Amino acid sequence: MRGLSSSQQRVVFALAGALLVLNLASFAFGEAPPQTLARVWAGTWGTPYGVGQVLFKATPLLFTGMAFSVALRAGLFNIGTEGQLAIASLAGAWVATKLGANVPWFLAVPVVLAVSAAVGAAYASIAGAMRAKAGVHEIITTIMLNRCADVVLPWILTVALSVDGVRTAAIAPGARTAGLDTWLPSFHGSAASLAFPFVVVLAFAVEAWLRRSRIGREFEWIAQSPSVCEAQGIDVAKRRMQAMLLSGALAGLTVMGTVLGYKGYFELGLGAGAGFSGIAVAMLGRGGAVQLVAASLLFGTLAQAGLAINARVPRDAMGVLEAVVILLMGATAFASARVEPAPSEPARDKGGAA
Amino acid sequence: MSLFSLTTVGETLRIAAPYACAAVAGVWAERAGVVQIGLEAILLSSAFASVVGTLASGSAVVGVCAGIIMGVCLSAAHATLVHRTRIDAVVCGIAWNLLAYSGTRLGLRALYDSASNSPSIAAFRIGPTGNEGWQVLARVLCDPLSWLAFTAVVASPYVLNRTRLGLRIRAVGENPTAARAAGIDVGRTRLLALCISGAIGSLGGIHLAFDQHRFEAGMSAGRGFIALAAVVLSGWLPGRAALACVAFAFLEALQFVLQDIGQASKAITLAQMLPYAAVLVALGLGVGRRSAPGGLGRHAEN
Repeated sequence: MRGLSSSQQRVVFALAGALLVLNLASFAFGEAPPQTLARVWAGTWGTPYGVGQVLFKATPLLFTGMAFSVALRAGLFNIGTEGQLAIASLAGAWVATKLGANVPWFLAVPVVLAVSAAVGAAYASIAGAMRAKAGVHEIITTIMLNRCADVVLPWILTVALSVDGVRTAAIAPGARTAGLDTWLPSFHGSAASLAFPFVVVLAFAVEAWLRRSRIGREFEWIAQSPSVCEAQGIDVAKRRMQAMLLSGALAGLTVMGTVLGYKGYFELGLGAGAGFSGIAVAMLGRGGAVQLVAASLLFGTLAQAGLAINARVPRDAMGVLEAVVILLMGATAFASARVEPAPSEPARDKGGAA
Repeated sequence: MSLFSLTTVGETLRIAAPYACAAVAGVWAERAGVVQIGLEAILLSSAFASVVGTLASGSAVVGVCAGIIMGVCLSAAHATLVHRTRIDAVVCGIAWNLLAYSGTRLGLRALYDSASNSPSIAAFRIGPTGNEGWQVLARVLCDPLSWLAFTAVVASPYVLNRTRLGLRIRAVGENPTAARAAGIDVGRTRLLALCISGAIGSLGGIHLAFDQHRFEAGMSAGRGFIALAAVVLSGWLPGRAALACVAFAFLEALQFVLQDIGQASKAITLAQMLPYAAVLVALGLGVGRRSAPGGLGRHAEN
């Protein structure tokens, strides 16, 4: 382990733990562990179809992971991506059903994405405003907003928008995002769409923007010390609000992977769970866009692997596995940080020239 | 069924018990300075453990013990991980919730080969049967779990405010660094507080399972989150948190009444939103904002 960096060690620990849980679960269900592993491999990275499915599963996770990590930059815990993406997906899908059949894609897709982003941001802004104006912690408000979305969505679907009580009408053909199998025929049958390359580019763009811009720097300062920022004349409340808006908008864009790129309509439960898994992706993918994309691919692989083994070992095993990965990654972060002193620590030149 | 009747009182108390246990559990954890959003996991896992224990042994008492042990273990694991490895308590709590949700479903499949529920259990059948108002109320008042929950809720403010143990727990919750300087072992005190928290929270989960006479996948249904809201609204006071839970339970019982009156109008489903919306409005108005424990989420600094 000596030759590995701390973050590499964490990944090794997490993967080892994941493998152990998977073997135990398959053992418990009377399945030989090597066979389960073979099934996982064949269902994910072993075949072109599997790869496509992994990319498809990773797409919403990267959107929500990005959303969570943007808020975290400013020191905010946006647990509400789950509700934001659900409300925003419904709004986006509804707008997409209202577009004419001959609206070209270069108009339809941006319109739908803009609506979804706006609605996601608006829903997040409730929590943002309560934090900024009333000082209520966003963890509690976003959890409540998630529960509200859980109640409101079925109601809207049954009362207002529905075809049969659980889904909207089909969206306009122009708003559909093309599948990746248009260009890579071997992905045929998988649900991977252009949303994946889009979200990867977006992840790098957002990262680069936040690294270079004033707003991104101020986010990080606020996370470090809000009181110092206040004293420096930075409008902390405004920046926090902006972080929540940005986070909610990114969560709303998830609509591209689920509604536009896959189903072609919104139904209850579409994209559910992506919000919470996105938190795991963000925690695992700390430090940059590359890590974030890698983390989303890892969790996408787990999700797809769950489907691949579901016939023999219930896919709930993958939920357990995901939790174990989160715990192991989180638990080893501090241990490895203790071993390597932070390079910026000025503790040793106390009593120097300063 | 009218708005204020013995039935409503009985239903309110029955519904309130799991909420109140989880909320008081949350108060114990957070007064010790440990952020605990894994209350949902405690409810769910202890409900599962109590049903497994009852089915395996044929005795409801063994089931209760199994549930409590499960809650204590989970809570103690949370305390240990947060203190020893400095894992972010929020992330850790989310992982517990996920683990409990998936783990219990996996357990259902493994033990009972069902995706949705366990076989039914007898639990404690004490008190009159029937649906008259006084019968509903009497059943709730005869249930030993109700009494366990009631005792825990009533004893909590006393222990936290009037005993040496409570003082230590509040000390590590308000300022862990100062508490350590005063000679208190922060890690062990928090571990102890979380064990108590887990035990009280598990009573809620057991109550839930015994009330339904079986375990159902995802049966906690967000109660842990409502409890969390009650903790914040109460200003981290156990008695008030329990009262807030009774209020939520009343709102929930009201839904049944409204559904009876409103002949299943579709808008009635929106009534399920009442408790959550009430929390948001109350927080927005500034109820219980000021008094989070000073050391919540902080570690003793080296």
